[in-house]
Amino acid sequence: MAGPVMTGEAAVEIAARASLWLKPHRIVLILIALGLVLAAAVFMRWDWLPKYYGMGLLGIWRALWILAVTCTLGFLLAVPLGLAQAAGSFWFAAPAKVFCTVIRGTPLLLQLWLLYYGLGSLFPQYPWIRESWMWPYLRQAWPYGVLGLTLSFAGYEGEVMRGAFAGVPKGQLEAARAFGMSRWRIFQRIWLPQAFYRALPTLTGETVLQLKSTPLVATISVIDIFAVSSKVRQDTYLTYEPLLLLALIYMAITGILVFTLGKIEARIPNKIG
Amino acid sequence: MKIILKTFAAALLLGVAAMGVAKADPVKIGVAAEPYPPFTSPDASGKWVGWEIEFIDAVCAEEKLDCVITPVAWDGIIPALTTKKIDVIASSMSITDERKKTIDFSDKYYNTPTAIIGPKDQKFGSTPEDLKGKIIGVQVSTVHADYAKKHFADAAEIKEYQTQDEANQDLAAGRVDAVQADSIALDAFLKSDQGKQCCDLKGMVAPDLAILGPGVGAGVRKEDTELREKINAGIKAIRANGKYDEISKKYFDFDIYGADTQSN
Amino acid sequence: MVEIHRRVLPRAEIAGGFSASNSRATLIDAFVPAWAASAIALLSPVPPGWGGTLIVGLLHTIEIAVGATCLGLLIGIGGASGKLYGGPVVRDLLAVYTTVVRAVPELVLILLLYYAGTDLINQMLTAMGYQRMDISGLAAGIAVLGFCQGAYSTEVIRGAILAIPQGQIEAARAYGMSPGLLLRRITLPAMLPFAIPGLANLWLIATKDTALLAVVGFFELTLATRQAAGVTKAYLTFFVAAGAIYLLLTLVSNLIIGRIESWARRGMPSLKEAR
Repeated sequence: MAGPVMTGEAAVEIAARASLWLKPHRIVLILIALGLVLAAAVFMRWDWLPKYYGMGLLGIWRALWILAVTCTLGFLLAVPLGLAQAAGSFWFAAPAKVFCTVIRGTPLLLQLWLLYYGLGSLFPQYPWIRESWMWPYLRQAWPYGVLGLTLSFAGYEGEVMRGAFAGVPKGQLEAARAFGMSRWRIFQRIWLPQAFYRALPTLTGETVLQLKSTPLVATISVIDIFAVSSKVRQDTYLTYEPLLLLALIYMAITGILVFTLGKIEARIPNKIG
Repeated sequence: MKIILKTFAAALLLGVAAMGVAKADPVKIGVAAEPYPPFTSPDASGKWVGWEIEFIDAVCAEEKLDCVITPVAWDGIIPALTTKKIDVIASSMSITDERKKTIDFSDKYYNTPTAIIGPKDQKFGSTPEDLKGKIIGVQVSTVHADYAKKHFADAAEIKEYQTQDEANQDLAAGRVDAVQADSIALDAFLKSDQGKQCCDLKGMVAPDLAILGPGVGAGVRKEDTELREKINAGIKAIRANGKYDEISKKYFDFDIYGADTQSN
Repeated sequence: MVEIHRRVLPRAEIAGGFSASNSRATLIDAFVPAWAASAIALLSPVPPGWGGTLIVGLLHTIEIAVGATCLGLLIGIGGASGKLYGGPVVRDLLAVYTTVVRAVPELVLILLLYYAGTDLINQMLTAMGYQRMDISGLAAGIAVLGFCQGAYSTEVIRGAILAIPQGQIEAARAYGMSPGLLLRRITLPAMLPFAIPGLANLWLIATKDTALLAVVGFFELTLATRQAAGVTKAYLTFFVAAGAIYLLLTLVSNLIIGRIESWARRGMPSLKEAR
């Protein structure tokens, strides 16, 4: 990874940390791990790799794209869900609560199948839908995958946002009201930012969980990296190699994700009042 | 604490081992866990029914094998065989050279043509020109998927499904323009309420023996030659004593065995 | 009413594709719309309906979830003690285990362990000269999900043990308790209230993760639903019904968990007062 130029001090610090971390038994463990990887590379069959290389990269790109879109949309949806539960009247709070409970109480796999095979099979019965501009999208699989994952993320994060909104100290809101701020302005300037900073630490974890959910879209015929590995398995009848590589890919993505999100989180100043 | 750790490790191993040990004797007949009427599908009481179930039961009875139907995902049915989760695949699996690299097959026990179906309100045939620009649904890792990829991929888009049922469902939902599969399985779909409403037969595809193979056989592990011979003998016996025709008559009004080919 | 009835009927036929037990359907017809009647007929627990299949699937789901949670708990207790009191090698290996399991999607782990795990055990057994054993789908499912659950419960239990006031453990050691007695008398009961919220969450995840076993062809609620939907073509009806069953399972679990939690916290200051 091409980072910024390292200063001498930082390099020394890293070296010191490395020597602290690299104890003798760790070196042995790492050597064993390397041996295992080498053995896998030598004794297992990897001749299919060149053929599926391009498809695999496209699959990874799709998985990341789905992850980014569903997390963003899901979070935007989670804000009103959390607000409705934390502060809304019964008529707002109850549906939001029901939504979160249903999403969190049923398997995502079932939700995706319900959307794709259940809901999706109703649309073509109405000619006006078939003739509208939406049809080219509705007949594809990815909109259902994106919708399902978005709702799922919103359901889980909505619960987090509820806690975050409720956790903002009353005094702050009262002070804002005493300043004569309008309700919208209080929300925009005080309540939402404060809740957001409170929810921030959970976002990394939720995003990783969401990444781990993305392979489920393969079961509704979206071709992500998981689907590519299934294809390799079915074409070559190899059981272990594609799955092992897939696990490695997900581990790498998770690692990068945790690292970058941690960096971003550290940059955002902690403004909890 | 060390002792506790060791005790736990031992208890875990024992527990796993205890759960795993079961009677090893019966021959496990693997069928795809997803419904594939009229060959293999579960009924409402969870019993597996269909032509292929009755057929393999007859073979087992003939050879005095103690057979149990074991549903596994189609997606992993060959690994399930090679890792000994099942002993025989009887799930309408076509005999192909590609599969023969990994597993062995019995003699074929049925062979039917490959068909293409599509929506009623569209008129087209089953040649690559007819299917230009269309989306064709096929079941993943079947001969039909291979065939479509070889003959139609230049003109049309191929969409692969985990199960035949899902491909049919998406045809009815208008998400694919055509479905290619075994003519009998498609016929069963066209006769269902949903199929009757949406779709009809567009035609049979041009033959390609290299891909479509000589027909459907029972898959066995390469080293299980004895079991394979037993199944072959069973197939011959029920073909000879009329049991095969008796079962077939219940489901079809024509001979699904197809032309006699050189058995391998 | 007649008008509505006639308009709804064709759709019910598409959704239902169901013709048996007509006599009963007409009786129900008088009171409920046709689509509901067909849904009721489809979901009835006696064989023409598929309710019985779903119930068997649900039982399998619960069986696996209970087994996996118990196995996960065992692994968790072992893993947590290993992480806290084990040697450096044990600690590092456990760190690798929890990191890998938590970084790789459950679906991938399930496929990998379901196919590779059982094969590996058998290869090891044959290599050591034993006979290969026949691993049932249930055992494999429990082992696979339990392995995934173990990583999470290791972390939950580790956190809970750390939350126990250290003085209690030191006092027990001063009394000369053996490690086994210490675990049984002090550590386990004292950490329980701290661990229960996390473990309850894991149980809920376990019930939902069983659905992933449908992908490897294990018969549980989700696969039962898919089979029923595939045969009858009533996708919406069955998926909604299965969703309702899962939801019910979650809600009932929540009730029971609440009871257990208040039992485990008996004699401790209530959460509200502490805040």
